Amino acid sequence: MTDRGKGVDTLVEVRNLKKYYPIKGGFLQHSVNAVKAVDDVSFCIERGTTMGLVGESGCGKSTIGRTLLRLTEKTAGTVLFNGQDLHALGREELRQLRPKMQIIFQDPYSSLSPRLPVGEIIGEAVREHHIVPEKEYEAHLDQTMSICGLMPYHKDRYPHEFSGGQRQRIGIARALALNPEFIVCDEPVSALDVSIQAQIINLLKDLQKEFRLTYLFISHDLSVVEHISDTIGVMYLGKLVEFGSKALVFNRPLHPYTVALFSAIPVPDPDVKMNRIILEGSIPSPANPPNGCKFHTRCNRCMERCKIEEPSQREIEPGHFVACHLYDGEGLP
Amino acid sequence: MSKKTNAAGYISAKESRRISKQNRKITGELEKRRERKNVPLADYTTQMRNPDNIVEFDDLHTYFFTDIGTVKAVDGVSFDIPRGKTVGVVGESGCGKSVTSLSLMQLVQRPQGQIISGSIRFSGDGGVLDIAQTPTEVMRKIRGREISMIFQEPMTSLNPVFRVGMQVDEVIALHNRAMSKDQVKQRTIEMLETVGIANSNGVYRMYPHELSGGMRQRVMIAMALALSPKLIIADEPTTALDVTIQAQILELLYSLKEKINSSIMLITHDLGVIAEMADFVVVMYSGRVVEKGTVREVFKNPSHPYTIGLLNSRPVVNQQVERLYSIPGKVPNPINMPNYCYFRDRCELSLPACAGLYPPEYRLSDTHVVNCYRCAHAVKEETPHD
Repeated sequence: MTDRGKGVDTLVEVRNLKKYYPIKGGFLQHSVNAVKAVDDVSFCIERGTTMGLVGESGCGKSTIGRTLLRLTEKTAGTVLFNGQDLHALGREELRQLRPKMQIIFQDPYSSLSPRLPVGEIIGEAVREHHIVPEKEYEAHLDQTMSICGLMPYHKDRYPHEFSGGQRQRIGIARALALNPEFIVCDEPVSALDVSIQAQIINLLKDLQKEFRLTYLFISHDLSVVEHISDTIGVMYLGKLVEFGSKALVFNRPLHPYTVALFSAIPVPDPDVKMNRIILEGSIPSPANPPNGCKFHTRCNRCMERCKIEEPSQREIEPGHFVACHLYDGEGLP
Repeated sequence: MSKKTNAAGYISAKESRRISKQNRKITGELEKRRERKNVPLADYTTQMRNPDNIVEFDDLHTYFFTDIGTVKAVDGVSFDIPRGKTVGVVGESGCGKSVTSLSLMQLVQRPQGQIISGSIRFSGDGGVLDIAQTPTEVMRKIRGREISMIFQEPMTSLNPVFRVGMQVDEVIALHNRAMSKDQVKQRTIEMLETVGIANSNGVYRMYPHELSGGMRQRVMIAMALALSPKLIIADEPTTALDVTIQAQILELLYSLKEKINSSIMLITHDLGVIAEMADFVVVMYSGRVVEKGTVREVFKNPSHPYTIGLLNSRPVVNQQVERLYSIPGKVPNPINMPNYCYFRDRCELSLPACAGLYPPEYRLSDTHVVNCYRCAHAVKEETPHD
């Protein structure tokens, strides 16, 4: 499934993607520095699978999601969607492709317009893109809403009349109404209560099975990501430090950051005593990242070499990529 | 209270006016009682049921009188916080866990929010006080010094226009009038060092926006612990933080608690955090305690269907399940609560008896108490009101 061989149905491929935000300063406000939000990231997502993207806040997870959909322009690199280079498309071509790639946002309170009734929120883009003939519009809307657990009479209500979980369902229905192939889920459950989280995660999984959707699931909640993903990417300070199938990454995390991250997950069992690796300090500023390996300031297995030379991404075992000097040369230790 | 509502749940303007008038009458009386001068000491001193406890909540009712009806945010909550222990309070948003802690601090939004009945016994330096009756003057000396609070959002709970050091200074100076300015500063820097801020002299002069989320939460903890309180209320202290920072903060909180030998009331919806930090767990649902016990009892032998559902709905690393369990339905409207078990409409294990009165407390062991008819085979201990 995660073999990177030929004949595998790759929907999204990202090659050496970079996104820098300039820092303006000095006289005449020219750019003096750049925040390297995403720095040389490569991965691919197979059709019908979910890639989980984890990392601390500010590590560039959301920027990847947005650049992937071309909601922000890239600085360098390529994004292939169904074999087409997204960032090379013209305005009209991109517009044609838009319904195929959708996004679900984190905060269901601020991502829905308070002035539009729910039917309009979900249906606006359907009409705009002529997804279904005019006659079938209402039926399509009803069907989408019922799949997402909403009632047809909800169409005339406004977002403030709904609870957080239901709003997130509206957000999902809005994305789903356009018959997309690829959905970026940007922390879709972090603002919700535990029992509602389970409902939304189950809904996303059901939809994936039914419509063969492909997800990029961005979250900082590792247990949720583990539950929903097929492949996992771990990010640190704009870099993808580890990438591979779920089984490989969770059973044998290789990068010291991944190891520490996994050890920090609280387990709801009082008998399990954690062998916790507590990372010192906090994530450095992406405007002024450390030299060499970006993680060396907090790494417990830091070597001299890490402070000077930046490690490149290497395939340690089939389908398992790591960027760390510990695994240079001899493969697996 | 009869209420005319139409099918959609809206109420008429006339009805709303009537409710407002009634509310003003009730809250006015309560406010008057609260604001009277020279309250005799006997009115608010009391005795602890068990001297080993630092706080005892006893049948606490905190209501909010809103224009569309009375919200029973806390509706008969009883539990104890033993000295030197950590008690975790879990529940969904709106279940009353924060209002319970605010009642203990007397910080409930007044005049619409009021403690209606019940008592909160707190064993402080000045004897045992009933917080529900304590006048504001006395309360002011307790807040910060004996009970302090760590809030969820470190960004919104620090004042953005004052330097961090000054804000910690204020707490110390306010409760120690005799201390000189230099002594206060000395103490602040000491506190900042205790919470693991390396550059404490530099941070002293910084503004909150210059600090990261984890650092801000450390400052909040320094502020809360500056006067070595007997009880720390931590209201979702790590929800806004990343996993690695969360681990640091929890570790810090635990070690500091041991150092100054205080108790923690930990409010969170993360069961993992509770399992790791707490000695006792209180599970709340719709303003009531549904299950309480030691961590082992609640996690190993969850007995209320809500607790079981909550534990099952969370994905656990290295435990693969095809589908997550999700509790059907949603939290009931807090304004018109049914008179039977609040969880019955969502419960998959309900019995015929559940249609009757709200279930009483059933005691499964000395510490493990469940409000559910499914546990009726155990000894029936006590029946709460209604």
